[in-house]
Amino acid sequence: MPQEDVAQFTVRSVQVLAEDETVDDELVPELTDDQLLDLYEQMKRSRRLDERGIALQRRGELGTYAPAIGQEAAQVGSAYALADDDWLVPSFREQAALLTHGTDPEQILQYAMGMEEGAEIPGGKGALPPAIPVGSQPLHAVGIGWGEALQDRDTIAITYFGDGATSEGDVYEAFNFAGVSDSQTVFICQNNRYAISTGVEKQTKAKTLAQKAIAAGIEGVQVDGNDVLGVYRVAREAVEKARNGNPVLIEALTYRRSMHTTSDDPTAYRGHEEEAEWELRDPILRFQVFLENREILDEETEGTIDERIESELADAIDQANKERQAIDPADMFRFVYDDMPSELEQQSDAFEEGVEGDTDG
Amino acid sequence: MAERLRMVEAVRDTLDAELARDDSVVVYGEDVGRVGGVFRATQGLINDYPDRVFDTPVAEAGIIGTGVGLAATGMKPVAEIQFQSFLYQGFHQLAQHVARIRSRSRGTITCPMTIRMPYGGGIHALELHSESYEAGFSHLPGLQVVFPSSPAETKGLLTSAIRDPDPVIFMEPTRLYRSFREEVPDQHKIPLGEARVVEFGDDVTVVAWGSMLRKTLDAVNDVEASVEVIDPRTLYPLDTQTIVESVKKTGRCVVVHEAPKTAGMGGEITARINEEAFLYLEAPVERVTGYDVPVPLFAREDDYLPDEDRIRNGISRALEFG
Ligand SMILES: Cc1ncc(C[n+]2csc(CCOP(=O)(O)OP(=O)(O)O)c2C)c(N)n1
Repeated sequence: MPQEDVAQFTVRSVQVLAEDETVDDELVPELTDDQLLDLYEQMKRSRRLDERGIALQRRGELGTYAPAIGQEAAQVGSAYALADDDWLVPSFREQAALLTHGTDPEQILQYAMGMEEGAEIPGGKGALPPAIPVGSQPLHAVGIGWGEALQDRDTIAITYFGDGATSEGDVYEAFNFAGVSDSQTVFICQNNRYAISTGVEKQTKAKTLAQKAIAAGIEGVQVDGNDVLGVYRVAREAVEKARNGNPVLIEALTYRRSMHTTSDDPTAYRGHEEEAEWELRDPILRFQVFLENREILDEETEGTIDERIESELADAIDQANKERQAIDPADMFRFVYDDMPSELEQQSDAFEEGVEGDTDG
Repeated sequence: MAERLRMVEAVRDTLDAELARDDSVVVYGEDVGRVGGVFRATQGLINDYPDRVFDTPVAEAGIIGTGVGLAATGMKPVAEIQFQSFLYQGFHQLAQHVARIRSRSRGTITCPMTIRMPYGGGIHALELHSESYEAGFSHLPGLQVVFPSSPAETKGLLTSAIRDPDPVIFMEPTRLYRSFREEVPDQHKIPLGEARVVEFGDDVTVVAWGSMLRKTLDAVNDVEASVEVIDPRTLYPLDTQTIVESVKKTGRCVVVHEAPKTAGMGGEITARINEEAFLYLEAPVERVTGYDVPVPLFAREDDYLPDEDRIRNGISRALEFG
């Protein structure tokens, strides 16, 4: 035969809790009522942190802030599938995932206040600091998932990035490297439709981002990223596969409901109609109706959750502000090397004495 | 007709003029089209030149690498890298191809590309939005490295950069984008490789570029001595002669930059002064620079960046030596 098809592919897409509130009972993950409430609370905690973050930035108390409003299901649902010692390798918009995996809101605030302290991961929880360069961090996750495998552990790494990031060469390298090294990695691409102002249709001609896995020989799957049950289900499966050395790329279809960062004005590139449409598909609203329909959530429980979140956040903001008042500027010299080279020591001493540069002493 | 523009408007004005003048100019980069760039330096251009102004995928290697190919077909690529640090994602294309294609092809293929990017600290931006990797660019043979320090300088230098037959790295100080207005003549070209003596003086020479030039001018306002301030405007090629002439007159020199001290351009300038004016020196050349540490997040950024005090201290050290 002079020509034949040697490979064919399909891309699976998953949804458990649909926009119209219908539920695919067979696909509902096995979670207790408390766990379901936990998912809900984590999503709300992140939403409130982001809302307060925007407000604090407007008052000049935070620097540029990248809210994840609208993407809570994609992040919380996936991070909830992790074991405590699994690694989380975030980009710069992963408040919801980080909170779910155990990071304190105070740290997220410290980082947003321009303090390196916020990038320090306490308690040995496996997470890397936020990665600002787009698409640079999936390779770190692949290295982690590879390193864990080489040391015969079944700990995995999950990494988060956006639709724009899939255009970066590093991200292709990560998929490919993960495949050939059987790295214990789960990739979560949050397709929130925009890379700053650039729509996903200008990012790629591919019909899905999940299919970018195929060229690397790893599994790619799409999920409704505003359906926390769907995301959890798909992530749970992916995490188990990754523990066995089979990396998976999940494309979570979602929408960034607010601005790219507090420096951005989305009205310059998208219409109110589109935003209104996605407001109706909000992941928290959708899950709340599910919980109410199943009588897992009532007004009283909701009130208790909201109060808890508000008081925790108020404490975190207070604490972060206190730390900010007390920062030591000489800290910038401290963690560059294990053993400070003499050149740097001279600069550091001069800095502390306020005379810098005079190497004669 | 001269108009009073901010630096970011001068960028836009220049791009507009060059797009109008030369059909082979293409302006592209992340978010440069529809919203006109994150700093709005390309705002509106896509409306007038829909076929030559493009939003690209988030792919710096792609942006820089395709420039080599575009240029090979006769286009003049003017690319924006959103922030200087993100050029690293395409650094291999810059170092291995953009800078070398002329010599590798023995002059048969050239790359008249301009790569514009905001650089530097002082606007309380996120991590990796405040670097100035200028020495690294100047270290790559084949590139020219340009630093505007005002709106009019921007117009003059960017015009030359775009029309230049070789690649140019055009470093725009974010801190100055909107900080002041200045008359910008309509037709304006400043040759690359020529320094500007911004203030004349006899006691000490201070060399500074980009946003550090502004800081230096503020600092020398309160200095008793007579200070000569030089803006090299391009770090490669560097107008050594203007600097050396000045140092021969003053006998003392301070170089100011916000990039880290070690292997920074201050070292290169000092070496050239040593080579050509050693016997005229009355004091070692002083450097006032950033420290050899990653630029801290913004809570500590002001402690990293040279400020007026540090510049004045540097000048005093140069003046008081001996
Ligand atoms: C390497 C690099 N290039 C450019 C930027 C500037 N930038 C910050 S976010 C962004 C868009 C990212 O879009 P996407 O990956 O879809 O993630 P999202 O912001 O939507 O979460 C760009 C271009 C950057 N931070 N890093």
